[in-house]
Amino acid sequence: MSTKRTLFDKIWDSHIVHQESGKPSLLYIDLHLIHEVTSPQAFEGLRLAGRSIRRPDLTVATVDHNIPTTDRSLPIADPISRQQIETLRENCQNHKITLYDLDSRNQGIVHVIGPELGLTLPGKTIVCGDSHTSTHGAFGALAFGIGTSEVEHVMATQCLPQSKPKTMEVHFKGKLPYGVTAKDVVLHLINQIGTAGATGYVIEYTGEAIRQMSMEERMTICNMSIEAGARAGMIAPDETTFSYLLGRKHSPKDKEWETAVAAWKELATDDDAIYDTRVEIDVTEIAPQVTWGTSPGMGADITQLVPNPASFETSTEQKAAELALQYMGLTAGTPMAEIAIDRVFIGSCTNSRIEDLRAAAEVVAGYQVAATVQAMVVPGSQQVKEQAETEGLHQIFLDAGFEWREAGCSMCLGMNPDIIQPGERCASTSNRNFEGRQGRGGRTHLVSPVMAAAAAIEGHFVDIRNWKFNRKEKADGVTS
Amino acid sequence: MESLRKHIGKVVPLDRAHIDTDAIIPKQFLKRIERSGFGQFLFYEWRFDEAGQPNPDFVLNYPIYQGASILLARENFGCGSSREHAPWSLADYGFRVVIAPSFADIFYNNCFQNGMLPLVLPEKQVQELFERAKEHESYQLTVDVENLVVTDNFGLKYTFELDPYRQHCLVNGLDFIGLTLQHEDKITQYEKTKQLQY
Ligand code: SF4
Repeated sequence: MSTKRTLFDKIWDSHIVHQESGKPSLLYIDLHLIHEVTSPQAFEGLRLAGRSIRRPDLTVATVDHNIPTTDRSLPIADPISRQQIETLRENCQNHKITLYDLDSRNQGIVHVIGPELGLTLPGKTIVCGDSHTSTHGAFGALAFGIGTSEVEHVMATQCLPQSKPKTMEVHFKGKLPYGVTAKDVVLHLINQIGTAGATGYVIEYTGEAIRQMSMEERMTICNMSIEAGARAGMIAPDETTFSYLLGRKHSPKDKEWETAVAAWKELATDDDAIYDTRVEIDVTEIAPQVTWGTSPGMGADITQLVPNPASFETSTEQKAAELALQYMGLTAGTPMAEIAIDRVFIGSCTNSRIEDLRAAAEVVAGYQVAATVQAMVVPGSQQVKEQAETEGLHQIFLDAGFEWREAGCSMCLGMNPDIIQPGERCASTSNRNFEGRQGRGGRTHLVSPVMAAAAAIEGHFVDIRNWKFNRKEKADGVTS
Repeated sequence: MESLRKHIGKVVPLDRAHIDTDAIIPKQFLKRIERSGFGQFLFYEWRFDEAGQPNPDFVLNYPIYQGASILLARENFGCGSSREHAPWSLADYGFRVVIAPSFADIFYNNCFQNGMLPLVLPEKQVQELFERAKEHESYQLTVDVENLVVTDNFGLKYTFELDPYRQHCLVNGLDFIGLTLQHEDKITQYEKTKQLQY
């Protein structure tokens, strides 16, 4: 093909199994990740239709959404949760699917373990019955969330009929300022383009700021593509990607590795390839973000005030802001930094990786969690937990008064017992601040791990750029 | 899958933008392993108070809207998670059509998997429908999927767009997996020649 192609186009083209005009493309799926919540009905559907799983070897399962993050040796108290997990166990056993179960050292949030185990690789098509599958796009994979019917479809055929989305380039220019993290960048983007700003598009993130980011930071960006409405988020693979993947459990080895890297280098968008639309953001202008509303786009700089609903353009947006402030129990004009919090959650597939925990621990070191605050850290995977414990991070959190939990989704969605109470206000490193997301009546403010950590100590939001670190020699850890 | 050619039903106006899937079906109901029976949990935290009693202020609980099968809402309906429990709960409650100015991608897709039509109309027309639904008790619409028109009993007639392939599948209630399996030879061929080996 002589035309210039984007990263997305290249992966799309190489995965077309069948194409008829006027119909969706039939795409081959290289990796299907499954978990306990969106798979049982798919297995049941297969059974009822007398179909089998075409490629159990390309299917990998874990438990994350609904599991307790407390003592793993105890049985799961909630019988319905327990049944859902037992159902996944049985299904995986019957269909010979690898399952990283509760007792596995590789268990964790599906979007944390995929990359960690080297299952997520550049150029792959990856799907999972979970919208934050976009996370895997950080490696230059085409990764998107699907519903349960589609989970069943992939199980039966290893393919999915898909209409080709449009492409959007989001170009982040400049270097990240001190105290501003990948989370702030993506929250800022959503605030700028809106939660439906990228609906119908696959985003490719480009620019100096992206190139300088670690894989974990890139994952945070791609993770929240869905909150901007995008079908997927992607970043072209580079040396950072390759060195992250080298030597991981499922990464290609030896000769295969070399062939793979050569192929991965070809994936980058051709010079002069055309995106359907383009957005440019100067990251040097971004400040630490805090959301004030019930949609991830309702956010502000830490230095700003809770906005007045009347300041929004359309009547629909005004009404949405009014309802949001009402639900959040906030008054327009309140400085963001004066909002007091009751809970802190550091975790979720957005911000629960080792670098997130290191950065948060730097902030916390030598301080105590405010008396009015209950704070917890939930590592994204057992591997992250182990690593953190090797580095002594858990002790820093525990000494400060945080709870230190087992890996899982936990209070990101509160399907397990980790929920906040009605009216409680939580600084959370997760990705959704919808009404009731963390528990009925609970109020969620989305922030970066360092902002959440600082809020835990002070009892209200603070500008992390003014934070006094107790370990001065490592003070620049805040930008890592 | 149940086919949807033409649907006549009562409209319930739910005047909110960005209705997310956590609102449509809260997470505590995602633990079930069945595909059916989710209608009772639809919009649970809006529909019921903390004691589990119906909230009389929520529009779905108004006596005049009982039996509605067309849901009218504002932009970006169904944003949030990929949970198909959202369309399952809407369908199980009795909705066959959701009308809004825009939908989130995954939700939009999931609707078609369940014989439900997410119908996109321009904001102005949605506004008009809201006004009519408030004005006329038991306001009804006829949604003709074969001819892509929406009409009411008071002379309103809107045409709408729908991807022809999606329309074809919906009107004929086609089984998507069955359609893909017709290409099994091509899948096998792809696996032999093109599939990534790592
Ligand atoms: S951590 Fe939260 S957003 Fe991520 S997969 Fe789990 S529930 Fe979904």
